[in-house]
Amino acid sequence: MAVEFQGGVVIGADTRTTLGSYVSNRVTDKLTPIHDKIYCCRSGSAADTQFIADLVRYYMQMYAVQHNEPPSVRTAAALFQELCYQNKDYLLAGIIVAGWDKHNGGTIYNIPIGGSLHRQPFTIGGSGSSFIYGYCDANFKKNMTQEEAVEFVKNAVTLAMSRDGSSGGCVRIAIINEDGVEMHFFPGNQLSVFYEGEDTAS
Amino acid sequence: MRDKIEIPKSGFNFDNYRRNAFLEKQGLSLPKPIKTGTTIVGLLFKDGVILGADTRSTNGTIVANKNCEKIHYLAPNMYCAGAGTAADTEQATSMISSQLELHRLATGRQARVITAVTIYQGHMGAALIIGGYDISGPGLFNVHPHGSTDKLPFMAMGSGSLAAMSILESRWTKDLERDDAIELAKDAIEAGIFNDLGSGSNVDINIIEKDKVEVLRNYAKPNERAVKEQSYKYKRGATAYLKEYVREFIVTEGDAMDIS
Repeated sequence: MAVEFQGGVVIGADTRTTLGSYVSNRVTDKLTPIHDKIYCCRSGSAADTQFIADLVRYYMQMYAVQHNEPPSVRTAAALFQELCYQNKDYLLAGIIVAGWDKHNGGTIYNIPIGGSLHRQPFTIGGSGSSFIYGYCDANFKKNMTQEEAVEFVKNAVTLAMSRDGSSGGCVRIAIINEDGVEMHFFPGNQLSVFYEGEDTAS
Repeated sequence: MRDKIEIPKSGFNFDNYRRNAFLEKQGLSLPKPIKTGTTIVGLLFKDGVILGADTRSTNGTIVANKNCEKIHYLAPNMYCAGAGTAADTEQATSMISSQLELHRLATGRQARVITAVTIYQGHMGAALIIGGYDISGPGLFNVHPHGSTDKLPFMAMGSGSLAAMSILESRWTKDLERDDAIELAKDAIEAGIFNDLGSGSNVDINIIEKDKVEVLRNYAKPNERAVKEQSYKYKRGATAYLKEYVREFIVTEGDAMDIS
């Protein structure tokens, strides 16, 4: 998921990659750098999203050299959309592009499966997102502070992890603003514990 | 007129897909690929990387090769263990190895592990664990058949991966000593050998450190065939016969071949 706050964006993801019911990687990094201040959150097929992200990263590097300035988040998102839409029959990729650029500040674009492009102040994606639409709609506020935004993302991802079997592990968060990118890692056993049922044995 | 030089297309060559689809339509059943069954592991230790593999190759429920080599050479500082379809892992690793050699010659530098990882694009039934030591230190990656990659400090793949992973999860720690790491890799593979039907026979271990590679083929042989208790050969004359008919097959000089 990704959330705009005053001065930037906060992005977060869980760390589980599954092969059927087997967890093939319990410490995956789903927050992938596309450029210095542009990241993407990957969901769907790992192979598809890794490949597309690598391709977009290559094009962004070329863009930066050719234009002698970093690309805007909108440019990266448009390129993701082009790849996802034109190859929609062969891909299973849900991508959130988020970052900071000079002209627009912190921006977020959601590209769900199918290849549509949606600019949103906050957005969630992936199999676990279904479980937290209510929580996010109720708790999102415009112009949050950085601390509020980080708490919002951490709690939302934690709640999704506790309900969705395909999500789990730990929480990775990145804060992107004018000064750069700050990555954080929260081990699974240090996350908040929400309602987990009653202890019937007494 | 053919005066344009044909530059080879990049990416995977799908020409054979059309041929195979055509043959299948004609009624030819494609041969069933030999899988390696397999338990392969990779783990980082204090000074480098260890790769381990079992040595059983299966064709359905029959063991095709009791002592095959699943750890393949990629570069002087890089080896690769392969699980999945045997032909695919062989071809994928030899393709990666030749591309790496060309890359090494073109750049004049030691190959990096991450380069090998990005060469394999999927489209084949090969799951690889690539381990090596390059200028940026020890590197351990795995590649799934569809092309997705993971970077982990320890990993297991193949049908015996769950058994091996349980050993790795309980005993791997950061900065293991060389001997402890070898024992851990051996125990992880043995877990696969004894608990997975698709894995068996012996344990191969490869230790890759800075400027040094040690290949321990058949490091452990926990399944050696026991010595037979007695000789089961039949003595000459044990079987009685009723008629004897001797035909000379050795043709001496001058005998013409019968072409009637």
